[in-house]
Amino acid sequence: MTPTPRTAWKLALPMAALMVALAGCESTKLPEMSAAPVETRTPGAGTTGGAGTTGAGTAGTAQSSVATVDLAKGGAAGTAMMAAPSQRIVYFDFDSYAIKDEFKGIIDGHARALAATRDKRMVVEGHTDERGGREYNLALGQKRAEAVVRSLELLGVGGQQLEAVSFGEERPAVQGSDETAWARNRRAELKDR
Amino acid sequence: MPSATLPNPILHRWPRRRFLAALGSAAAWPAAAAEFRVEISGVGATQVPIFVADFRGEDKVKLAAIVRADLQRSGLFRATPADAPMDEGSQLNLADWRARGADAVVAGSVTRLADGRFDVRYRLWDAVRNEQLLGQSKVVLEPDLRLAAHRVADEIHEQLTGERGVYATRIAYVVRVGRRFTLHVTDADGEGGQVAVTSSEPIISPAWSPDGKQLAYVSFESQKAVVWVQDLGSGARRMVANFRGSNSAPAWSPDGRRLAVTLSQDGGSQLFTLPAAGGTPVRLTSSSSIDTEAAYAPNGQHIYFVSDRGGGPQIYRIPASGGAVERITFDGSYNISPAISPDGRLLAYVSRRSGAFKVMTMELAGGTPQALTDTQDDESPGFAPNGRLLVYATRLQGSDVLMTTTLDGRIKTRLLSSGADVREPAWGPFGR
Repeated sequence: MTPTPRTAWKLALPMAALMVALAGCESTKLPEMSAAPVETRTPGAGTTGGAGTTGAGTAGTAQSSVATVDLAKGGAAGTAMMAAPSQRIVYFDFDSYAIKDEFKGIIDGHARALAATRDKRMVVEGHTDERGGREYNLALGQKRAEAVVRSLELLGVGGQQLEAVSFGEERPAVQGSDETAWARNRRAELKDR
Repeated sequence: MPSATLPNPILHRWPRRRFLAALGSAAAWPAAAAEFRVEISGVGATQVPIFVADFRGEDKVKLAAIVRADLQRSGLFRATPADAPMDEGSQLNLADWRARGADAVVAGSVTRLADGRFDVRYRLWDAVRNEQLLGQSKVVLEPDLRLAAHRVADEIHEQLTGERGVYATRIAYVVRVGRRFTLHVTDADGEGGQVAVTSSEPIISPAWSPDGKQLAYVSFESQKAVVWVQDLGSGARRMVANFRGSNSAPAWSPDGRRLAVTLSQDGGSQLFTLPAAGGTPVRLTSSSSIDTEAAYAPNGQHIYFVSDRGGGPQIYRIPASGGAVERITFDGSYNISPAISPDGRLLAYVSRRSGAFKVMTMELAGGTPQALTDTQDDESPGFAPNGRLLVYATRLQGSDVLMTTTLDGRIKTRLLSSGADVREPAWGPFGR
């Protein structure tokens, strides 16, 4: 419904006025210019824009204001965790979720400890390298974490002891944009809770 | 932007001009900490010459300069300051302005009222037809003076092109400096930036509520991915998806009542919808593959998403209440991050092509995918609410940067920011 230029022209004023009114910003049309200059008047402070509670002029709050929340204050879990020791990391090939033989020993060890102590809990974090989209990588990391969790469950660990989560590409172990860095970042970390 | 798509005779009256003229005047803009700077590629952009006089009484907030920069950034205007002081009450000799090359002239004023608010007034004249086009007064609080200037630019844009401007809209994005992550909200020109959240853990996937008052996003502050919704004005925030496993990729339904999210609570990453206020999720997809990155069609009937059910990731769609899944992209082996234009006709997405990640567009009615960029690491495309521009993230000279582009790829702007990595842009709706 693209208006023709002339109709757009005619629609523009009432539409613009409506838009601004809905947004809670008072806007009034000035009279057409004539020989007489524009009358200077003060629009009433109580004029309503029909907007929500935060409209300018109604609640006295600027529409442009954004309140800042600082999560580092107030004790949110904001500090870095201890770096996981190497026997807690499983590395993956590119585009793969298969657990390689060289890491089966690590998983066996954790499975024995978890099976022996039923109130012990563990979170498995999946990670990817930086290539590709953040959300898709989050899902790929989740798949890696779930592969590790499944292996642990097959070795007798109770499902309620484990949670698979993902950081996708958001928390690389190593900075860098080459295969060496990528290989260190395609991983799952096993962390005690 | 091809002039043929612009219905207004004002644009058509103008002979084609060399884009160098635009670059020349762009270079004269004052530098700022963060702003979108025009980088025009390609030739033949038609630009309306418009004179915008400094507003009488303007002080700290340079209203006219904001209006000029907005109009200039669209690529559709060549905005110039007027050399004589004037305001909305001035009697203009439009024939003189016409003789000086003006197609349109803007003059205005700002006055502090007794209650502390400001009255911003302006007039727009057509120098060719020798008539007045607009005369408006806006009364705003001091923090909204920039907003008032953007609204003036929007009204001028709409009057002269027949299309709504997006200058008064906002863009959210994430900035990373070291291990510090902040969710920023700025005006669409990249200025007037404010911080909504700051955290020492990553923040991704901001999504605007349709009314422009809230942002949904994914925060890792609790050492896993959790979906939050935050009211921008008050800072009040609530967890809406904190289920077992990962919670991510929020997308608002067009009526603002529901969120589509990706949850792994049942194993695998699957699409669910839940009330925006929080509540019980309803499972939307049931596959043994990855289903993620939901995007509602503007009419609310379908949800587009990414799935690797066919091997590599491709874009599919499903009725918003569930049903048969339909594949949308076939070209290439890696297509992610769908965004649908406000008119529902165009799909923007990221495609991997010969190892590079490129923003593409494709007509949903059936068309050839078009690459819009010459960069290699594009991410997160999103439409401006008027459907005329896309914002996206990419890498330039080793930094994460934000860019906007026209849909023909010809006019790009880059958000200038000093040293920080900027990513995850989301263009807000018309309202705020």
